[in-house]
Amino acid sequence: MPSNEEVFEKVKEALIDALGVDDDEVTPEATLVGDLGAESIDFLDIVFKLEKAFDITIPRDDLFPDDVLTNAEYVQDGRVTETGLIKLKERMPFADLTKFEENPLVQDFGNLLTVQDLCNYVATKVS
Amino acid sequence: MRWFLFDRFTEFVSGQHAVTVRSISLSEEAIDEYVPGYPTYPSSLIVEGMAQTGGILCTQISDFEDRLVLAKIMKLEMFAEAIPGDLLTLRADISTFNADGAVVKGVVRRGDFILSKMELMFAILNDEKFQDVKLFEPAGLCRSLRVWKLFEVGVNPDGSPIKIPEFMLKAERSELSVS
Repeated sequence: MPSNEEVFEKVKEALIDALGVDDDEVTPEATLVGDLGAESIDFLDIVFKLEKAFDITIPRDDLFPDDVLTNAEYVQDGRVTETGLIKLKERMPFADLTKFEENPLVQDFGNLLTVQDLCNYVATKVS
Repeated sequence: MRWFLFDRFTEFVSGQHAVTVRSISLSEEAIDEYVPGYPTYPSSLIVEGMAQTGGILCTQISDFEDRLVLAKIMKLEMFAEAIPGDLLTLRADISTFNADGAVVKGVVRRGDFILSKMELMFAILNDEKFQDVKLFEPAGLCRSLRVWKLFEVGVNPDGSPIKIPEFMLKAERSELSVS
């Protein structure tokens, strides 16, 4: 099983390659969309690269739980409900949702994931 | 004008690789007028030729049912220009394929010389919102595939020939029928 440092280095390499960002931009706290400029189509690229780098399979719903975010049971008036937040935490234990919980607008969800979240996710898959 | 950016398939192994050829002619508008007085084949069209080669290779896996689109040029290196008189060979190899998309590695050669290398990513539009979207008319696509000689050179990994999907034959028959 790779160490946290090894996971970070491989994730960093995938992000540099997929997003054309500089080495020093990829910090654990950097958000993929806001800080690194990832667009929706880049996520497919990132997923392909991570799958290859770690020899894992990443189901689409793992990183982007669209089924939760488009479900009326969990979203009201563009905001994720209490039940929705519980569901998201269950589905994404690797992500730090603290900031998102303060103002859980669905439109802001895309900018939630950080490099560290991605590393945490990969670590769960390779362990 | 149809943007057929390769002339025909010369090899095609389902789910694995495809090779096409492209003959560059001065009589083509895009070459004659791209840089007047300096006829050269635009690099973007070389990429599009590979996208067509790789795209057909990937979508054939689902008998052309997947809505597959070019999503990203992941890597691209161009080592020289292509000029009128050149015969290019485009080889596409599937590197990754799953329900969401594919990655194709492409190499373009002029004889033994490598003119370009690239990696292209395709996305499969399988969301519900694309459910009713058709990217091609079956009869028209079938005609193109015939023109490209796909069903003459295409084989499955076990060597058996690739057959024309029934829904395409049906569409062709329907187009040709006289009411």
